[in-house]
Amino acid sequence: MGRYVIRRLLQMIPVFIGSTFLIFFMVYALGDPVAALFGDRAPDPATAARIRADLHLNDPLWKQYLLYMGNIFRGDFGTAFNGQPVTELLRSAYPITIRLTIVAILFEIVIGITLGVVTGMKRGRPIDTGALLLTLIVVSIPTFVIGYVLQYLFGVKLKWVSPSVSPSAPFNELILPGLVLALVSLAYVTRLTRTSVAENTRADYVRTAVAKGLPRRRVVVRHLLRNSLIPVVTFIGTDIGALMGGAIVTERIYNIHGVGFQLYQGILRNNAPTVVGFVTILVLVFLLANLLVDLLYAVLDPRIRYA
Amino acid sequence: MSTEYLAAEQARTPDSGVLLDVRDLHVEFRTRDGVAKAVNGVNYSVAEGETLAVLGESGSGKSVTAQAIMGILDSPPGFVTKGEIVFQGRDLLKLGAEERRKVRGAKMAMIFQDALSSLNPVLTVGEQLGEMFTTHQGMSKKDSRAKAVELMDRVRIPAAAERVKQYPHQFSGGMRQRVMIAMAMALEPDLIIADEPTTALDVTVQAQVMDLLAELQRELNMGLILITHDLGVVADVADKIAVMYAGRIVETAPVHEIYKAPAHPYTKGLLQSIPRLDQKGQELYAIKGLPPNLLRIPPGCAFNPRCPQARDRCRTEVPPLYEVGPVRASACHYWKETLGE
Repeated sequence: MGRYVIRRLLQMIPVFIGSTFLIFFMVYALGDPVAALFGDRAPDPATAARIRADLHLNDPLWKQYLLYMGNIFRGDFGTAFNGQPVTELLRSAYPITIRLTIVAILFEIVIGITLGVVTGMKRGRPIDTGALLLTLIVVSIPTFVIGYVLQYLFGVKLKWVSPSVSPSAPFNELILPGLVLALVSLAYVTRLTRTSVAENTRADYVRTAVAKGLPRRRVVVRHLLRNSLIPVVTFIGTDIGALMGGAIVTERIYNIHGVGFQLYQGILRNNAPTVVGFVTILVLVFLLANLLVDLLYAVLDPRIRYA
Repeated sequence: MSTEYLAAEQARTPDSGVLLDVRDLHVEFRTRDGVAKAVNGVNYSVAEGETLAVLGESGSGKSVTAQAIMGILDSPPGFVTKGEIVFQGRDLLKLGAEERRKVRGAKMAMIFQDALSSLNPVLTVGEQLGEMFTTHQGMSKKDSRAKAVELMDRVRIPAAAERVKQYPHQFSGGMRQRVMIAMAMALEPDLIIADEPTTALDVTVQAQVMDLLAELQRELNMGLILITHDLGVVADVADKIAVMYAGRIVETAPVHEIYKAPAHPYTKGLLQSIPRLDQKGQELYAIKGLPPNLLRIPPGCAFNPRCPQARDRCRTEVPPLYEVGPVRASACHYWKETLGE
């Protein structure tokens, strides 16, 4: 197991370098950051040249990349064009998005798994058909539509929640955005759980558990669910990364100043250091979440052994 | 008639301690394509310490009968539509779900064919053995662990104290089946139903597992229903045999008599299809045709389309179980002919 973890961590290095270089290349090569800095006005050539020299923009791209990476490992993510250090932005944005992700994951676990177990055990009954239809609807409507509709309904019409989230973004204000963020994954979790439960209900070992005279509750929880939830846990694990990166739309709708919001601003203003900095951290989150899932998988299913 | 035959058998052995008495059992599966009649009036009984071998091809209803007895029929689509399952004087079909559950595992237990898929892959063998004691007897986890080790010792799994912490996939096929056996006899039930317990095993291991099962049965004086399609296994361990075809019993007999002289053409066909060393080089015998579709069982004797002796009467009249001998019966109109040849 220890050797496997080390090997996986080493494998992460080329993936990390490759993906960050790609982002770096796209952001710096495809736009002119200095022009973007000045907005619509034409920059004074002397000033522009100075900025270019400061930012090493005249060096070849690979050299810029190396310089940037070197700085990152010293904790310096550069400075956004408004003069704020990117690390400061990261420090304010990531906790908010992490809170949002936690709310979303909780929704997936509580509602998604419960619904999946119920429908999986009552295949073909009205509740099953109803839930399936609902998940289909949720999957087919884009997030920004559901997001705005729910915001209007609960925030503006019913006034149950405030339509936009305050800058500190406490948990209670993140319930509605968390639900919106979770919806599509929630539908997948429901369906995945349902299929898995339905399949395992017919498994031989479940029949054995019944033949042993175990109480129904124990048959379901200890034998049926323990096996059925393995793929679901895996899905939710990988979804952590996707949720954090995919919160752009939700964060825009509810004015949450998290990762998605900052990324959106960064891209809009061609603010290279911000974009590259945020995405670099996202890449790390993705990689670590995936490693965690693989390790968790071995814990949940003893048939899987890593060497 | 079959019921008369049964009454006669019981009259002869009034106090032999009948453990299980299945009477006129009917089971059907309501599928989208129609109603499949899997069991159509099965009668059999098992006494304490007795071994009944139930023989038949796939789809003959032997496993479904066993599942109905255990109360683990997949329902829906499976339903018991008629009959009684009298176990230790109580009709199990009249018990509530909770009472029925308490019988399972404690009073009667089942051993399945494929131990790998029948054991839970993500729980240790110790947990799966131990939960028999924690759920049925309210034993503490620690004590149940000790009991699990004891059981594994008893079915002669080496290094039980260590292996109790392992998972099913870490055991060999024979050892896994031993775990199944240990689980079935954990609470020392009065009846064990073994559904093809050795089919998935190597031939050398088969004999060991069968011997172990027979030995434990003797020790605990359990009734045993051995479901199999392997006539070789039966000869050594069974006291009596019930041969099933298309959801009915076509012949019942003490084990040595049936080998000597079968009283039903189907039994005869089964015996002839055992490969024999002294007939090396000759073509293997096979019963012609296929078992009937349970959605459309032929009228008259269900075996008539495949029977070499079939006549007009066989195609119209369902044969009852004719009394052939003291504890023998055959569902063939022409059993005398079959026997006499």
